[in-house]
Amino acid sequence: MGEEARVPIIVLEKVCKFFGQFQALKDIDLVVNKGERVVVCGPSGSGKSTMIRCINRLEEHNNGRIVVNGHELTGNLRDVNAVRREVGMVFQSFNLFPHLRVVDNLMLAQKLVRNRGKAEARERAMHLLERVKIPEQAGKWPSQLSGGQQQRVAIARALCMDPAIMLFDEPTSALDPEMISEVLDVMIDLAQEGMTMVVVTHEMGFARSVADAVVFMDAGEIVESNPPAEFFQNPRNERTRLFLSQILSH
Amino acid sequence: MTFDVFLILNSIPTMIEGLGITLKLLFLSTVIGLALAVVTLLMRLSGHWLLTWPAMFYIYIFRGTPILVQIFIIYHGLPQFEFIREGVLWPLLREPFGCCVVALSLNAGAYVSEILRGGVLGVDRGLHEAGKALGLSTPHRFIYITTPIAVRLAIPAYSNDFISMLKATALASTVTLMDMTGVARTIVAKTFAPYEIFIAAAIVYLCFTWTFQRGFGLLERYMSRYVKKDA
Ligand SMILES: Nc1ncnc2c1ncn2[C@@H]1O[C@H](COP(=O)(O)OP(=O)(O)O)[C@@H](O)[C@H]1O
Ligand SMILES: [Mg+2]
Repeated sequence: MGEEARVPIIVLEKVCKFFGQFQALKDIDLVVNKGERVVVCGPSGSGKSTMIRCINRLEEHNNGRIVVNGHELTGNLRDVNAVRREVGMVFQSFNLFPHLRVVDNLMLAQKLVRNRGKAEARERAMHLLERVKIPEQAGKWPSQLSGGQQQRVAIARALCMDPAIMLFDEPTSALDPEMISEVLDVMIDLAQEGMTMVVVTHEMGFARSVADAVVFMDAGEIVESNPPAEFFQNPRNERTRLFLSQILSH
Repeated sequence: MTFDVFLILNSIPTMIEGLGITLKLLFLSTVIGLALAVVTLLMRLSGHWLLTWPAMFYIYIFRGTPILVQIFIIYHGLPQFEFIREGVLWPLLREPFGCCVVALSLNAGAYVSEILRGGVLGVDRGLHEAGKALGLSTPHRFIYITTPIAVRLAIPAYSNDFISMLKATALASTVTLMDMTGVARTIVAKTFAPYEIFIAAAIVYLCFTWTFQRGFGLLERYMSRYVKKDA
C-alpha cells in the first residue's frame, strides 16, 4: 500500500468494555486503514474476541468511540445496520445455519438484507463457492461437510454480502490440523485481493506473510502493535516476548 | 366373572359415533391452543414486563390447576355472571362443547408456549450472532433461523402434549358431551358391562395414540433430516 492511500476505515478510540464489574477492554486505540490486514494475538481471555465483536456491535462498548467506514457506533440502530452490511464476520465455530443447505446458507441474507432476487443470489453464491473451491458441496447440509469445508462456506457466506471489511475470530482454532491450511489459503487469497481484514489468530506464519500489523493484547489492553518483521524480531514488551516464546516453541 | 369379547367388538362401531366430537375437540383446541401459545411465547420473549407478567400469570394458572376443574369453572361458574351471559362469547360458553374447547385451548396454550420456549432457548447462540453479523433484522432472524430450529427441537415434547390432549378430551363427557368416553358411558348404562365397554374405548384411544405418535415420529424424522446421525 502506498502511503498516500491511507484511509482509516476502522477507528477505535479509548474503547472500554465492562462485563458487570469486570473490565474486558481498557482504553483500546486501534486504527485500521483501507486494505490493511491486522492480526490480533494474545493469551486466552485477553479481550481479542470482545474487541473485534465491538467492531460490528455484537458487543456494545461502554466508553470511547468506534467508527467503521464512516459510521459511528452508538445506540443508533441505523448505524449498526449500516456497519453490519459492510462488515463480514467469520467465527471460530463456523455458525452455519444447520437447517439450510450450503447454497441456501449463502443466499438467505442476500435475499433478505440485499434484496437480491433468487437467481441473482444463487449466481453470487455459486461464484463464491467456486472461489473457496467447493462448488460441488452446494446442495449438501452443513453437517455433511468437514470442518475446513464448513469454515470455507462461512467465509463465502460473509463475502456474498460484498463487505468492505472482514473480521475473523480464530477461524482455524476449531479445525483439525490437516484442514487449517485450506482455510488459511482462502484467507491469503482474500488478503491479496486487497480486502481489509482484522484476524484474531495464533497462526504466526499467516501473520508473517500477510499482516501489515500485528497487535498483541493482554488483560484487555493493546500491549504492542507493529509490522510483523519488527513484532517478531524485536518485541519491545516483556509480555509480548513471553507470549511469543510460548507460542513459537510448539 | 364373565368376560364378553363379542360385546367389546360390537360396541366399537357405536363408540366410533363419539369419535367425531373427540376429534373435533382435539383439533380445534390444538389449533387454537397453538395460536395462543405463539402469542404467549412472543409476550414472554418480548422482555417487557407489561407483556411478560400477564403471560407468566396465564401459564402459571393453567399449568397449576387440573383441566377438569377448569372445565367445571368455565361450564358451571361463568354463566353465573350477568356480563358473561350478555357478552359476545355467550353463544360459545352456553354450550358444553364451546366450554370444553375454551378450557382445552387455554390449557394447550399454556403448556405449548412453554414447550416452544424450550425450543427457542435451545437454538445455538452462535447462529443468532451469525445472523446479526450478516445484517439480518430481529424479525428475520426469528422467522428464518430461530423458528425452524426451535420447532424441530420442540416436536418430541409437543407430540407428548398432543397425546395428552387427546386423552384430556375424555373429560368433556363430564359436562354431558357425547365424545367417545361419553358414548361409552351411555352404553355402560344400558348394558351394565363397564369392563368390556371401557376396554373397547381404551382400544380405540390406543389406535389413535399410536397413529399420532407415528405421525409425529415421521415429522420429527423429516425435520431432523439435516442433523448428522451419529454412527
Ligand atoms: N458475555 C460475557 N460475560 C462476562 N464476561 C465475558 C463475556 N464475554 C467475555 N467475557 C470475559 O472477558 C474477557 C475477554 O474475553 P474474550 O474477549 O473472549 O477473550 P479472548 O477472545 O482474548 O480469549 C474474559 O475474561 C472473558 O471471561
Ligand atoms: Mg476469543
